[in-house]
Amino acid sequence: MRNSTKKNEYRALNARKLAVAQRRETLRVLALSFPAIVAIFAVIAVPMGWLFSLSFLDSSGQLSLVNYQKMFEYKSYLRVFRATFNVSFLTTFLCILIGYPLAYFLSQAPKKYVGILMLAVLLPFWTSLLVRTYAWLVLLQRKGLINNFAIDLGIWDAPIKLAHNLNGTLIGMVHIMLPFLILPLYAAMRRIDRHVLQAAANLGANPIQAFWQIFVPLSLPGVVAGSLIVFVLCLGFYVTPAVLGGGKVILVSMQITAILEDQFNWGAASALGVVLLVATFIVLLLASRFLKLDSVMFGKS
Amino acid sequence: MISDKSASLSISVKELTKKYGHVYALNDVSIDVKAGEFLTLLGPSGSGKTTLLMAIAGFNRPDSGGIYFGKQDVTILPPHKRGVGMVFQNYALFPHMSVFDNVAFPLKLRKIEADEKHRRVTEALKTVQLTNFGERGIEQLSGGQRQRVALARAFVFGPQILLMDEPLSALDKKLREEMQIELKQLHRQLGVTTVYVTHDQREALTMSDRIAVINDGELVQIGTPRDIYNNPADHFVASFIGESTFLSLTKSGSDFLSFGTQRISKVPNRRSHKNWLLVIRPERLSIQNSNSRKVKSKLYFDGSIVELVYQGETAIVMMKLINDQIMTIRMNTCSGDHVELLQIGQQQTVAIDKDDIIIIPADAK
Repeated sequence: MRNSTKKNEYRALNARKLAVAQRRETLRVLALSFPAIVAIFAVIAVPMGWLFSLSFLDSSGQLSLVNYQKMFEYKSYLRVFRATFNVSFLTTFLCILIGYPLAYFLSQAPKKYVGILMLAVLLPFWTSLLVRTYAWLVLLQRKGLINNFAIDLGIWDAPIKLAHNLNGTLIGMVHIMLPFLILPLYAAMRRIDRHVLQAAANLGANPIQAFWQIFVPLSLPGVVAGSLIVFVLCLGFYVTPAVLGGGKVILVSMQITAILEDQFNWGAASALGVVLLVATFIVLLLASRFLKLDSVMFGKS
Repeated sequence: MISDKSASLSISVKELTKKYGHVYALNDVSIDVKAGEFLTLLGPSGSGKTTLLMAIAGFNRPDSGGIYFGKQDVTILPPHKRGVGMVFQNYALFPHMSVFDNVAFPLKLRKIEADEKHRRVTEALKTVQLTNFGERGIEQLSGGQRQRVALARAFVFGPQILLMDEPLSALDKKLREEMQIELKQLHRQLGVTTVYVTHDQREALTMSDRIAVINDGELVQIGTPRDIYNNPADHFVASFIGESTFLSLTKSGSDFLSFGTQRISKVPNRRSHKNWLLVIRPERLSIQNSNSRKVKSKLYFDGSIVELVYQGETAIVMMKLINDQIMTIRMNTCSGDHVELLQIGQQQTVAIDKDDIIIIPADAK
């Protein structure tokens, strides 16, 4: 029986040749992507494994859970995580508040101007992060440009504390994160069919109703995608909050640096890194569930 | 019934002009659409027909001219205050809403209370044969079903004017032909004034009370389908609507037009044109039996068959005439017509009734 089916398979015209060709092609694709697979393994999988294993070693190099234990015992760790999530959340929220109108403006602007306007959004992107952060420090400090101008113009009397606190951290982070929100949001808004808005107007919706009932819901996937990128980037952000926060706002990334610089404790630092990584994964997991939900709603599977 | 005939409005477009750069999208177009009429704007792409429809809907502002619904001047009224229903080419359904919510959208904006709203949406969905589809998402619908939702949404709030922008162009041929009949029946049922845009001449002929042929931003001809098919105003209309063979005629004497040596007809009693064309619709020709006698009421043409195309219900025969012009003949394929006996290279004679020929000026205006 088995014999006869096998015979039939081979008897079918060119079946054997075609099967061999198919197998060869699969192998070729694998062979071509082999260097990339090796590279990914070397720069991502290996260091991650190392990080994980380090986090399970105490200061004497013995296998233990002491690094994780500490994180639950000391309240300061919890405070740092809470601050990180708060700052990330606030930054994301402010980015949406500022970025949404901007992306809307970009999406509605005549096509010939979009290039120039986009350049304005992207130009800061091409400047070094460090330069931008210190530029903000120059602007925001006690005797900085903003305070001096405001006092000279009589807007406020005494210098306001804009840097070295949460204000400075948020201003700097929002500025740097904004393009990450605007780009996916702009793309999503561009995809909204102009006729759908015309249909809303035709059916009796005034421009405000059409905006809130049609445009905003349809742009939501872009908002979700953009905020997710911003939020996740914020969770691990170091330079800007470190410089503009002036030690008042301690985020996980800064705590890791502190542990390494003060105690040279690789185990504790790795454990913090692992927990941040896991937290980020959980955020992404929850978000992907939400995204899937709306891909059902919008039918973009 | 959602609205009765007395509730429909006439549309009057007066001297409408719209320029994009140096190009006239509409050039001094005036059209009157009677209340309850189904008028089709027919023209090739880029002719300005959609521009005209969008101007009626309020989506583009003309440079000059006026638009009136009944007695009301709506020329500068924004689209959301015009109260016309519109079906868009790509349906333009709201992808984040269910079928029910899509259809209920105009009612919600008009603050219709829940019970009444529910009743009217249900009724509209029933009219377009989508009962029980209310809870579905838009993505779960086929092209034809989306078309119906768009239609229901456009008339559910009882507009007195319905506009349609090539609503069937995305459907496959069979479904499109079914929907044409359905739309025609729906129009009869609702009695609402309808302006329909299409580039498909067959669709225009099938559905319309009257057709307005538009080309290069200008109204070329307006009339009933029969009018336009039988008496095309010029070469453009004759070639755009239906199939035709064009034969150039020469003046013999001052009164007569001839093809070769054959006298065709008197010079038509129209503006004095120099050159004239004979337009022959392929289905009005018949192949002559070699032994049948010629009659005075018919015209005869001799030629040799150069191509035969079998298309099922009909067959196309192409014949080369004495002066190398090609004449197309459409024949029925019933057994009595003996299409199968024809062969390429054969000499044949075709006949057409003199009442069935069309003579148009050859020069544009």
